[in-house]
Amino acid sequence: MRALAPLRRLARAVESDLWWSFTRSPTVVISALVAVAMIGSAAFAPWVAPHNPFDLATLNLLDAFTPPLWLEGGDPRFPLGTDDQGRDVLSTILYGARISLFVGFCSVLFAMTLGVTIGLVAGYAGGAVDAVLMRIADIKLTFPAILIALLVDGIVRAILPRELHDRIAIWVLIFAIGISNWVPFARTVRGSTMVEKNKEYVMAARVIGLSPARIMWSHVLPNVMGPVLVIATLQLGFAILAEATLSFLGVGVPPTQPSLGTLIRIGNDFLFSGEWWITIFPGAALVVMVLSVNLLGDWLRDALNPKLR
Amino acid sequence: MLAFILSRLLQAIPVMLTVSLISFAMFAYVGDPVTIMLGQDYTEAQREALVRELGLDQPFFVQFVEFLENVLRGDFGLSYRLGRPVADLILERLPATLELALTAALLALLVGVPMGVYTGLYRDSWLSRLFLTVSLIGVSLPTFLIGILLILVFAVILGWLPSFGRGETVAIGWWTTGLLTWSGIKALILPAVTLGLYQMTLIMRLVRSEMLEVLRTDYIKFARARGLPDRIVHFGHALKNTLVPVITITGLQLGAIIAFAIVTETVFQWPGMGLLFIQAVANADIPIMAAYLILVALLFVVINLIVDLLYYAVDPRLRSGLAATSGR
Amino acid sequence: MRTRALAAAAALALAVPYTSAEARTLRWSAAGDPNTMDPHSQNLGTVTKILNQIYEPLILRTRDLGLEPGLATAWRQLEPTRWRFELRRGVKFHNGNDFTADDVVFSIERALAPTSNFGIFVDTVQSAVKVDDFTVDVVTKIPDPILPNKLASVYIMDREWSEANNVRQPQNTRAREETHTVRNTNGTGPFRLTIREPDVRTVMVRNDQWWGWNVPGNDSNITEIVYRPIASDATRVAALLSGEVDFVLDPPLQDLERLKRAPNISVLEGPEVRTLFFAMDVKRDELLYSNVKGRNPFKDLRVRQALYHAIDIEAIRTRVMRGQAIVTGTLFPPQVNGYTKEWDKRLPFDPARARALLAEAGFPQGFEVTLDCPNNRYINDEQICQAVAAMWTRVGVNTRLNAMPLAQFFPKIQREDTSIYLLGWGVPTLDALYSIQSLLATKDGRPGNGIWNYGNYSNPRMDALTETIKNESDPEKRNAAIAEAMRLYHEDVPHIPLHHQMIPWAMRANITIPHMANNQPYMRWARVN
Repeated sequence: MRALAPLRRLARAVESDLWWSFTRSPTVVISALVAVAMIGSAAFAPWVAPHNPFDLATLNLLDAFTPPLWLEGGDPRFPLGTDDQGRDVLSTILYGARISLFVGFCSVLFAMTLGVTIGLVAGYAGGAVDAVLMRIADIKLTFPAILIALLVDGIVRAILPRELHDRIAIWVLIFAIGISNWVPFARTVRGSTMVEKNKEYVMAARVIGLSPARIMWSHVLPNVMGPVLVIATLQLGFAILAEATLSFLGVGVPPTQPSLGTLIRIGNDFLFSGEWWITIFPGAALVVMVLSVNLLGDWLRDALNPKLR
Repeated sequence: MLAFILSRLLQAIPVMLTVSLISFAMFAYVGDPVTIMLGQDYTEAQREALVRELGLDQPFFVQFVEFLENVLRGDFGLSYRLGRPVADLILERLPATLELALTAALLALLVGVPMGVYTGLYRDSWLSRLFLTVSLIGVSLPTFLIGILLILVFAVILGWLPSFGRGETVAIGWWTTGLLTWSGIKALILPAVTLGLYQMTLIMRLVRSEMLEVLRTDYIKFARARGLPDRIVHFGHALKNTLVPVITITGLQLGAIIAFAIVTETVFQWPGMGLLFIQAVANADIPIMAAYLILVALLFVVINLIVDLLYYAVDPRLRSGLAATSGR
Repeated sequence: MRTRALAAAAALALAVPYTSAEARTLRWSAAGDPNTMDPHSQNLGTVTKILNQIYEPLILRTRDLGLEPGLATAWRQLEPTRWRFELRRGVKFHNGNDFTADDVVFSIERALAPTSNFGIFVDTVQSAVKVDDFTVDVVTKIPDPILPNKLASVYIMDREWSEANNVRQPQNTRAREETHTVRNTNGTGPFRLTIREPDVRTVMVRNDQWWGWNVPGNDSNITEIVYRPIASDATRVAALLSGEVDFVLDPPLQDLERLKRAPNISVLEGPEVRTLFFAMDVKRDELLYSNVKGRNPFKDLRVRQALYHAIDIEAIRTRVMRGQAIVTGTLFPPQVNGYTKEWDKRLPFDPARARALLAEAGFPQGFEVTLDCPNNRYINDEQICQAVAAMWTRVGVNTRLNAMPLAQFFPKIQREDTSIYLLGWGVPTLDALYSIQSLLATKDGRPGNGIWNYGNYSNPRMDALTETIKNESDPEKRNAAIAEAMRLYHEDVPHIPLHHQMIPWAMRANITIPHMANNQPYMRWARVN
């Protein structure tokens, strides 16, 4: 039963302190609302969006470059205007955010799984295993995430034929961004595990003959999940930006399934020519999305770190 | 100490070997340099002759071993696109990238540290909140968007600063510098700000949280209790203790800066290694891409080694401390 | 900005009395940088746009792409397979060497070398023979009525300099050492290369000794040309708007309106000799990238016509190309010899007719196909393909777009690993044979035949006409054969033509440069006012 105590501590924090500090800060409330709204509308894009911008049969080139509704020449069918192919910008943003968020969530999940596993093993096993794993983490850390993602994407591109690559490009991207971001998880979990494993309850569990895997999973893990969640939230913003940057460099998702980054890259060509809405709206959507996620992560970190209160 | 350096160097060898294999393998099958070199009109026979001439018809490992032997001699071959030794090309571009990266890092430090200290000391002042908000926006803006917006405002609308290139450069031996001419310095401002902004916000946040941690420690409380003035407590004791992780992390982030320079150099047409790399990717210029990745890996291994040594020199106990704070 | 410019102008005005020749620099930019300075290594517009200022061919182009004397003062066909060229006397290379017949023989032989990329311009040449110091005969394997047109693209090098610097052959890419010609030049042209930093800047200064400065029309007052490539569209436009460059060869179409509105920028518009079209696999019994099994829909004329009818070319011209395109129904633009207005007509945009034709051909429900498209080769290539993919999908031909950089696109179509693709074809010789022979003749292994016919179109009638066009020396009969080939082209729909590209040039208002349909600025005509 003692093993559950820290978990209860967390639960209590969530119930009282966390909620209190949450409602106390209007910024956090707003960013949470924005994040929820954006994630929701992106997730349900096929039902929320006024058009399906990727159904080629509904596109009309003659609708191209329609300005937003409130400008001269605006069209009520396209509240935020259309792009160079006559696609509704609002709809492309919703569909694009869906892809950006999907890549973000999945890559963080992947990084988290990988990082937490490595951290647990390294922290619990210690010794040579720990040394090797942390050395790998050191080396990995010195390689910037963006370069690793470029490398992974390049290798996969080299191995797979182009047709196939386009179809699995999103998964490649998730893998590339995920693999470049597991280190913070691993380091944090390793640190906490080293502390936890010497505590009485773990010793006790070991004495009664529980397997290391079992101990790690049901006793150590719950105690290190708090910081992991904080890192995950902060990494989500980073992952979305990484995806946008890679797509901007042209190695991200294929233009037939554009993410927000791809939309910005395409719209960038029209920034000086007066059709600013093609790039400014997706850009703003990206910034607002990442900003609200980062604000949430920031607050979560401060709220869960009792030392800072 | 010597043993430590040696073991680190030994660890670096498999890393470098893997990177060279990857960098060679990854590009060996991407794109087709032959078509680019031949242009639009050629016959099949011309094509085959060129493939033979380039050795592209040989087995993978034959090509790789040949490549490695040459690399060890410092010979990265001739760029397919430019017909010049890759080593020369990279040496020509190295100063541009290093000047940009170091300026950006310096900028990030010089602005980020004071902002971090301030926000750490005065957590609840409105200025701190402003800094934090601005820094959050900075972290949330993609580098390429910042660059484009800066060009729009400062080059096109205001016309104060150049939108591309390095301006006038002065050659000092093989090194070219833009820091000695007015136009070179003006050209450096926008790219350096673009590149440094993200690191600046990172450093600010790092200094802030380190300050907050340190200010809680007992010895600071003792120092206060002893009646030392705030100034001495804050800057003599607290800040000094936060600087070690800050400097090492800035060192580590230098790698990230050089990587992100690819994006910045693309936007500003900055004639550095990143631009050379991206142009090489677009033209399937294998020798340049391979050399770039190997050099960048080497650079990172060296930076890592220096940071390790720094740590070793300052305080061996800090090793686990680095682990906890260098999360990003 | 304005006051500073005035101050600078005042400073310049004050400086005038002290210097006899005012320094006039033209700062020029475009997306791509030449990858070599070797005059016979890369037949690419990005390379020749610089080389044209430094090197000269025997015969120069006029402002309307006609021929005028260059290093040759006269030329005539002595017999069907022998052309004689009289050379200009008193011409000196930039290093001071004299120009003679030896240099011409050497340069033509160099263009014939295996590492040369200019072989297409000397493909019929048997040998070049020195008659005396200022007369050269070019002997051809078959009668070649358009040899002067081709030689207008072959630069003349200095034999002595080339031998001294070990560059007898065009740049060898396998070489372990840098070839001298990669960064060094020695031409006879109006400008001399002084600084060459690849991807950063290329500086040329006026060659006051150039023979042509006395020729009326060569009225450039430029003393220095600084070329700096800027790959990013947005940055290149920004640099022009902010006054950091004077001349942009390839302004992005979407920024033209803004550039035209800017008070101190002028935009020159004109056509390029380049035609964009879709070509498709009409040989295989089953397409590689389609859901139709057991038959190839593109073998059916009605399907090809249906795709043609489905294209709303006006929408592409106005929206995608922003008016910078000349809609066409034929294979080459009017500047090319053999063009006939009669066969330059399109099948009209008619989606209903397209659907009917598809149904007639047995595809009432349409089918699926993958369209291969480059995304960095032609003006707005990917956007054109996106738009057309949507148009075809609307009539039932579900089109998946596969857009890729040219580094991947060209190898793919050259492997014939494609079902339908976009191609843009330029005609440097300004003669229809170049297009018909490369694109429409059956790939039968004979030199030049069907070398870019990756859809494997084959029609014996077209092949017979190609042979006539190749060998016929009576211009009238030859042009009649070309017209007949174009009639067949219209009837057979081997391609779906789109448009001839327009190539706007943008510059500061104080610059004048005559617009050229080959997209090559000639600085001997450029002025800074």
